[in-house]
Amino acid sequence: MNALRAIFRREFAAYFATPIAFVFLVIFLFSMGIFTFYVGHFYDSGVADLSLFFNYHPWLYLFLIPALAMRLWAEEKRSGSIELLLTLPVPVWATVLGKFLAAWAFAGLALALTFPVWITVNYLGHPDNGVILASYVGSFLMAGAYLSIGAAISSATSNQVIAFVVSVVVCFLFTVAGAPVVVDAFQGWAPVAVVDAVVSFSFLTHFAAITAGVIDLRDLVFFTSLIALFLFANVLIVDSSKGG
Amino acid sequence: MLEIENLTKRFGGVTAVAGLSLAVSQGEVLGFLGPNGAGKTTTMKMVTGFLTPDSGTARICGHDIGRDTLAAQASLGYLPEGAPAYGEMTPREFLAFIAGVRGLFGDTARTARDMAVARTGLESVMDRPIETLSKGFRRRVGLAQAILHDPEVLILDEPTDGLDPNQKHAVRRLIRDIAAKKTIVISTHVLEEVEAVCSRAVIINKGMVVADGTPASLAARAPGGKLEDLFRQLTAHEEAAA
Repeated sequence: MNALRAIFRREFAAYFATPIAFVFLVIFLFSMGIFTFYVGHFYDSGVADLSLFFNYHPWLYLFLIPALAMRLWAEEKRSGSIELLLTLPVPVWATVLGKFLAAWAFAGLALALTFPVWITVNYLGHPDNGVILASYVGSFLMAGAYLSIGAAISSATSNQVIAFVVSVVVCFLFTVAGAPVVVDAFQGWAPVAVVDAVVSFSFLTHFAAITAGVIDLRDLVFFTSLIALFLFANVLIVDSSKGG
Repeated sequence: MLEIENLTKRFGGVTAVAGLSLAVSQGEVLGFLGPNGAGKTTTMKMVTGFLTPDSGTARICGHDIGRDTLAAQASLGYLPEGAPAYGEMTPREFLAFIAGVRGLFGDTARTARDMAVARTGLESVMDRPIETLSKGFRRRVGLAQAILHDPEVLILDEPTDGLDPNQKHAVRRLIRDIAAKKTIVISTHVLEEVEAVCSRAVIINKGMVVADGTPASLAARAPGGKLEDLFRQLTAHEEAAA
């Protein structure tokens, strides 16, 4: 536990040691604002709720979360500090978890800083704050799912650009798994069960269900188990790298 | 204290380490010699648990690195090749991180840090980012990290590489100071270093031990009485033949 905490703290502080944290936070908040108020025409919608705001989260995460995750392992491999890290008396799972939680906490901080949007909508009308809270929880879980994918991919390469690009592609596939472009690719030849399985991986579908105010345990379980799955993959990738 | 048993590692078709066995006891400073590519670094990576051997194992204070990895790593201090560290951290933050991971807190951590810092002479750079430090200081940060928890076994991969003569002298003095209570393995290809600090020297070539003895006894085996001659005689075959 001590080691986990030490790794978490180092990793979290690492975001703030360079301009990464500030660049990320500014771009994150700025694009949230642009998408909600300009692209989404929040004021014209005439409805005091945050569904417009949350609708854009998957698309922003698609690019911003891989940017947050890409350095987690690739940077250590490039600089050689991975050798130091993996010869400290820490189980691999604790290292993987510590890094993930640090990045997730940072993503959570960015999300929490969008609170002025919530204040705005409460000033303008009487939104259902229960739905908003659920949407924030859902958004945070979804960010964790994107992050776990990015972290696992980062551990497979020493090149941050490759980690970023591959993560964006994989995250994109998970995001749109329910959309026609993916469904059509499977529908011609795959059995219905496979098509249904692929569709059920769609982040958009699960997230839309949460933001609609329908708190279905299945959607929460989906994101949590996806996080667990990719963290497990992350551990396996780090372990297998020890084989040379 | 440190037992290496039949350690073997292949990369693709190339055998980097071929059934290497070695036992090092407390109080010994072992100079691990060999030409580039002889398997020194690969051996050290396996002994410290960074690489998994194809066969064989290493035991540190009786703990098997494969089965009892964390206990083995806890009794080990390791300076990897090139002394990697987190460049954006200062030595103070970096050593606090290592202390935290190794389970040292509060006064214990402070005492351990002050000891390591004094031994490596880092006082003047404690609050500067590691990436802005000179090569010599960075190497010493790596050494401080390795000795922080006062480990029984120290594995140092080229601890004086890139240092100026004064810094080399300081590192060698540090090693001699702590040698009596520790088991130390140093890889190097600076032969004078072996004569200066090591009580025992092992020459490896193509992943196998080809000579083992005190530096003086090894030197005596060469016609000219110099360690360098024996080193070249044992490890330069292929270049002579080519």
